[in-house]
Amino acid sequence: MATALAIVRLNDLFAVVMLAGIYSLLSAAFFVDLNAVDVAFTEASVGAGISTLLMLASLKLVKRHEEKTRYKPLLALGVVTITGALLIFGTLDMPHFGDPDAPAHQHVAPRYIEDSGTEIGVPNIVTSVLASYRGFDTLGETVVIFTAGLGVMALLLVSRRTKEESKKLVPADMRQQIILRVVAKMMLPLILLFALYVQFHGDYGPGGGFQAGVIFAAGIILYTMLFGLGVTQRVFKPELIALLTASGVLIYAGVGVACMLLGGNFLDYSMLSHDPVHGQHLGILLVELGVGITVAAVMITIFHKFTWRTVKHKYDK
Amino acid sequence: MFAVTALAILVVMVLALARAFLGPTLYDRILAVNNFGTKTVLLLAVMGFLSGRPDFLDIAIVYVLINFISVIGILRFFEWSTKEPVEEA
Amino acid sequence: MELILDILSWFFLLGGSFFCVTGGVGLLRFPEFFSRIHAASLTDTLGAGMILVGLMFQAGWGLVLPKLILILLFSLIAGTTASHAMAKAALKSGLQPKVVGNLESDSGGAPSNS
Repeated sequence: MATALAIVRLNDLFAVVMLAGIYSLLSAAFFVDLNAVDVAFTEASVGAGISTLLMLASLKLVKRHEEKTRYKPLLALGVVTITGALLIFGTLDMPHFGDPDAPAHQHVAPRYIEDSGTEIGVPNIVTSVLASYRGFDTLGETVVIFTAGLGVMALLLVSRRTKEESKKLVPADMRQQIILRVVAKMMLPLILLFALYVQFHGDYGPGGGFQAGVIFAAGIILYTMLFGLGVTQRVFKPELIALLTASGVLIYAGVGVACMLLGGNFLDYSMLSHDPVHGQHLGILLVELGVGITVAAVMITIFHKFTWRTVKHKYDK
Repeated sequence: MFAVTALAILVVMVLALARAFLGPTLYDRILAVNNFGTKTVLLLAVMGFLSGRPDFLDIAIVYVLINFISVIGILRFFEWSTKEPVEEA
Repeated sequence: MELILDILSWFFLLGGSFFCVTGGVGLLRFPEFFSRIHAASLTDTLGAGMILVGLMFQAGWGLVLPKLILILLFSLIAGTTASHAMAKAALKSGLQPKVVGNLESDSGGAPSNS
């Protein structure tokens, strides 16, 4: 709570970014305490890692200190207070947190926990709920991430002229940062391999598409920070990344449509193979792959677009 | 046995936080946050053994990487915002 | 056999905790930034290494052991590189280490090559 209050009151945006990172880390600790390991995993990697990096990248584009607002937004405060009070009043009827008699705990959770073993056969129930029982929600989340990437791409357009000149960006003087570069080169394959491990191990332990995509993107962001945008973009061309962003969502929705074509409902993985449990495994594998691809590509896109903005001024005559 | 270690690590985390609040220069604070992150990794590993769930080690590995990349990111941010960068991007 | 493993674990865990705590106290009590980096990163690496080795003796021959080895390797590499990067960035931005007495060179205490 103290960190949240400090975030609101502080004017120095860099301190705000740091406090937001600490806040995410503390939330991850809470989740670990509540025995929700997958959520803690995602919160730690996304909240404390990628969010901090992306917010720092955007801070380079804007001023470091927040400007004082010149008017008192009393009307907005009033509306927010009334809406908040109404929402809280509405939740008074809901069952208490962790109440064993709540409908969610009486019907929904036991069904998932008891039947997940026989119907899906994947040891990690979180993955089975996320990718199969609530697969449609996860498709929505993936589309949201894709839309965020689209928004960044639309707002920070790179014109064709500057794209030609970006190919001329040469790698900087190696002697400047040699230790960091050598270490980064050593660690990068391990980071990417670990991302793949998390992606495909998501069925058995904590992990899955979101975390894996984030870790992959973090590795590439490390490389971009130390070696420069030009070098990275020779491998990860902007067109290729844009294609990957869309293809992840396409894989996900494509699996759903394939299930429909094979005679089942949308995203009913049992139709994918001769044996329903096998079909579930295959469906979850493909779907998580789609999620991972989209998340990684969107994070890389956002970071590259922000970084491009900060060096663009050298090429605008 | 693990409880003693966990307690010691918690003590160090509090000390590092104190330095993060106090440290006169910016780099003191970055150092304190990096140290806090390393201790978090150790705490995660020890708590994994305390509670008997080895899954925590995956989170520990992720956090080592995230800590490292974040500190590098912060340092590059300050290198770029204090003066004109000497190299491309 | 169990007893030997337990004793070794105890030794490493306690040693590691001791080094971590001294590192933390050093972080608070040293006078300026460069000495604090010394205290924090040296004792940090040693303490972390000992704690992880202590944990390794407690783990069986399963998946846990390679993961602990991986954490140890990453920690060593990442920790030392991060402190190098911090010291270098601090030097570049003008922070000078405190020196006692006179030095002929004009740049205070920074070495002439980085």
